[in-house]
Amino acid sequence: MATPRFLITAEPLALEPLLAAVAAAEHGAVVGFLGVVRAEAGLAALDYEAYAPMAERQMAAIAAELGARWGPLALAAHHRVGRLAVGTPSLALAVGAPHRAAAFAAAAAFVDRLKEVVPIWKSAVPPGGAGEEPR
Amino acid sequence: MGAGNARVSGALRVTVKLFGAFRQAAGAGSLTRSLAPGSTLESLWLDLCAEWPALATLRAARLAAINFEHARADRALADGDEVAFFPPVSGG
Repeated sequence: MATPRFLITAEPLALEPLLAAVAAAEHGAVVGFLGVVRAEAGLAALDYEAYAPMAERQMAAIAAELGARWGPLALAAHHRVGRLAVGTPSLALAVGAPHRAAAFAAAAAFVDRLKEVVPIWKSAVPPGGAGEEPR
Repeated sequence: MGAGNARVSGALRVTVKLFGAFRQAAGAGSLTRSLAPGSTLESLWLDLCAEWPALATLRAARLAAINFEHARADRALADGDEVAFFPPVSGG
């Protein structure tokens, strides 16, 4: 089965299939990015939740916006939900473009926009806790 | 009411999805409501706040969507719409 371009999933993320999904003969640059749960004092994990059908559509809409701004691009992004321990990837993103400047810029812009408009939420889980503290 | 409205049947039925503190305030993440013609996102919100007063305290931090697109409060609702209320997003 083909890798969906934009996906909310409870399964572990893999960057490799996304890189393959955006590769094309005319793409001289393919950028891969992983967002990872960062270690912080008093944090064991993050609980991620998403409004999946809207999140997937919004990610596709961001990709379309970026294509209009940065020229021909291919993007694929998967966001994981559930309890993710420190060190676990939460976001996998791949961008293919003819040149690296557009690929890097679009990758950065995608993550910025995702944090603004895509309905995904995280809450902190302290060590040994089942916490619900909003972040 | 609804005289200038092209809808065939009177009532409109919508699905409502709630997330985060909004779900906690209502005690449910998914519900359905039958609304009067002419209802808007805001009138639905006020109906829900009347049922669960704790929701009203979340107004300042409220985002809303209709059919998976961000939507403004004055948007009219149509039969079969899926409406969502949720807090500011924090993905990535």
